[in-house]
Amino acid sequence: MKLKFLAPVLTFLVIAAVMFYALFHLDPTEIPSELIDHKTPEFSLSAVPGYGESLSSADLKAGKITLLNVFASWCVACLAEHPVLMELKRQGKIEIYGLNYKDKPDAAAKWLSKHGNPYTRTGMDLKGRVGIDFGVYGVPETFIMGPDGTILDKIIGPIMEKDLKNKILPRIQENLG
Amino acid sequence: MTGELGQFGLVLALVVAILQGTIPLVAAARGNLPQMRFASSAALVQFLAVSLSFAALTIGYVGSDFTIVNVAGNSHSLKPMLYKISGVWGNHEGSLLLWAWILSLFGFAVALFGQQLPSSLKARVLAIQGLIGVGFLLFILFTSNPFERLDPAPFEGQGLNPLLQDPGLAFHPPFLYLGYVGLSVTFSFAIAALIEGKVDPAWARWVRPWTLAAWGFLTLGIALGSWWAYYELGWGGWWFWDPVENASFMPWLIATALLHSAIVVEKRDALKNWTILLAIIAFSFSLLGTFIVRSGVLNSVHAFATDPARGVFVLAFLIVVVGGSLSLYAVRAPQMKTGGLFAPISREGALVLNNLLLSTAAATVLLGTLYPLFLDAFSGEKVSVGPPFFNATFLPLAMPLVFALAFGPFLPWKRADLKGVFSRLKFATVFVFVTLGVTWWLVDDGPILAFVGMALFAWLLAAVAIEFASRIKLFQTNLAESWRRFKNLPRSVYGMTLAHLGVAMVILGITASEAWQSERLGVMMPGETVTVGGYDFTFEGAETAKGPNYDILRGTFRASQNGKPIVTLQPEQRVYQSPPMETTEAAIWPMLSADLYVVIGEEDGKGGHATRIYHKPFISWIWGGAIVMFIGGLFSLSDRRFRIGAANKKQQKNSSVKPAGAQS
Repeated sequence: MKLKFLAPVLTFLVIAAVMFYALFHLDPTEIPSELIDHKTPEFSLSAVPGYGESLSSADLKAGKITLLNVFASWCVACLAEHPVLMELKRQGKIEIYGLNYKDKPDAAAKWLSKHGNPYTRTGMDLKGRVGIDFGVYGVPETFIMGPDGTILDKIIGPIMEKDLKNKILPRIQENLG
Repeated sequence: MTGELGQFGLVLALVVAILQGTIPLVAAARGNLPQMRFASSAALVQFLAVSLSFAALTIGYVGSDFTIVNVAGNSHSLKPMLYKISGVWGNHEGSLLLWAWILSLFGFAVALFGQQLPSSLKARVLAIQGLIGVGFLLFILFTSNPFERLDPAPFEGQGLNPLLQDPGLAFHPPFLYLGYVGLSVTFSFAIAALIEGKVDPAWARWVRPWTLAAWGFLTLGIALGSWWAYYELGWGGWWFWDPVENASFMPWLIATALLHSAIVVEKRDALKNWTILLAIIAFSFSLLGTFIVRSGVLNSVHAFATDPARGVFVLAFLIVVVGGSLSLYAVRAPQMKTGGLFAPISREGALVLNNLLLSTAAATVLLGTLYPLFLDAFSGEKVSVGPPFFNATFLPLAMPLVFALAFGPFLPWKRADLKGVFSRLKFATVFVFVTLGVTWWLVDDGPILAFVGMALFAWLLAAVAIEFASRIKLFQTNLAESWRRFKNLPRSVYGMTLAHLGVAMVILGITASEAWQSERLGVMMPGETVTVGGYDFTFEGAETAKGPNYDILRGTFRASQNGKPIVTLQPEQRVYQSPPMETTEAAIWPMLSADLYVVIGEEDGKGGHATRIYHKPFISWIWGGAIVMFIGGLFSLSDRRFRIGAANKKQQKNSSVKPAGAQS
């Protein structure tokens, strides 16, 4: 059999092999954020009604590692990661701040009372301006903030088991250590 | 209840597709005629079953039946009816169902219109269609069931992404799928030919209408998508070299090559293996597109919510179909008899050059699309390949393609005299210099590439005109004779002329709008006037209003030229509640010479509004050209030579002498 007739299928097999590998081992949503290693954008937002104090960029420079979780009552995937956040809150090893993204105050308050509040502080980003500064392009997203307000890492989409293990828990150890 | 009917339709279709994919194949090998005929009945039943299923989902959407997960997740009771219907295919599950429905429609069409096909070829083609159907129906039933129920049903649905609530996008996927899936017929013909070990001019004639139809739909689908990006995204861009755009562009390039190489098979009985390979690759690219969109291996604005199980399934399917057919090609193609010989400078030679350039272009697009994946796999580095790569690789291939395109139709088959062709194109050369002179006089500046683009436009336009004029002997004989020749030309000649004219129009649109666009971005106060591209735009003010399921911020701009009012433009910004999102509705005034394009943004707190105003010369010609190409395709499609059965009747005529006038 001549090579020229085999070439198409061989080319395809190489492509298929790489796609197979990509399917299981690569994650295209893991885009290194431009903002990583940058300081938090400056902002100040009032809290979801009935849920404590307001949230500003100063809170993210609290001298320890914190999480900034972007959530909304209209976001279905947020419900998926909610138990993870509640569990982190229960353990009390890391503070979680909630950035309520393009939501309605009443809807957000109702959502928090129904599903529980994992956040130390919340801030309502009604128009999504702060979200733009953080480069949020989907909800949920979670930013890991350094002690001095530097963005250390970013999780796009719901927090999964592997994010917890690879990204969040090591940071909590840093906090304790 | 309708949901269960839909589910039933899918299962029935699967069973029928399995039978359709096996029985006729065996029957064709054994020469069992009645069992071969079963393929046609199966294709009809499969079409009816999938239609039932598609109708059931549509009824679910129209009636806002939120007990169906798919409807609850993607629809909303307050959505306008058009978008309730387009919502059916605005999501992963529904779009797959649409795909399967169109696939069964094409299968049915082959059964219906292919009555003159040899029974064994028809049985095999329909069997391959059936097997492809099996793959898609399994995919739907096991990983993406659109009829899954939800209990308790939510009171209200979550709504469709507002960007997708748009007439352009409502029709973009159906046309694109008609194109993608249409290529499955060409693919089935190619596989059937490999099994039979026979490709001849009659085969090429049978395949050509399907390729033409698929190509036409792809052209229109791609054009609709880019038009949508142009007016909906609010940046005035119309092509982004996004992986999913590329996924639709690659099959288009290959289908274009296939259309031309099939002509050589038909007329000269040559390039057979190459044509078969193109037919396989064209459909492979369609499937690859599906994989890219639905597996999540590449990041794209178009990506559906992804699920690893789906990715695994599509990849497995891809390996079976593409790997299987290319292996079959490797085994069977070497035994295919090669046909007529030809000199490099000839019609055949020109079509080979066309094919080489088009497939190289498709290969570079593939390379650019998959490169990030390869790099990530081998080094873990993340890159995105953007327009600079594609412009740098695609344009150098497209330019000689267009240059040579002008020659092709002048060359006779077998052997040609290039000098003679050059002398016939003298006038085209003159026209190129005139065009360049006029362009220089009008704009007196611009990138070199833009002048190259204008030269190519003029060159192609003139060549197409000269070629057509010489066919009807315009100015060589009296007008009445020319008119008679004009009327008697085969439809496929109109088709070719129109399609090539469309290419020229697209070149003009791209060149002029990219090189000589003027824009002004900035805050404008009510009453303020700015001048962009020779037009004065006065911002009258902005108001708020309510739409059916969104709030509106609407600005009013008066455009005028030299004090003469042209048009009042009202761009909008829409704020949707479910899901919360903002969309821009650019106000566009399309003219032959340019589009005026105005976008309004939020208030700056001091009474001004962020505005973007563009003047885009000749940009409408891009889509106009695509439509002309599509119409060209329709003309070719209606050519009597390709009318189904024409080939067969002609053979009969040759074998048995018929009385005069009996010709169909």
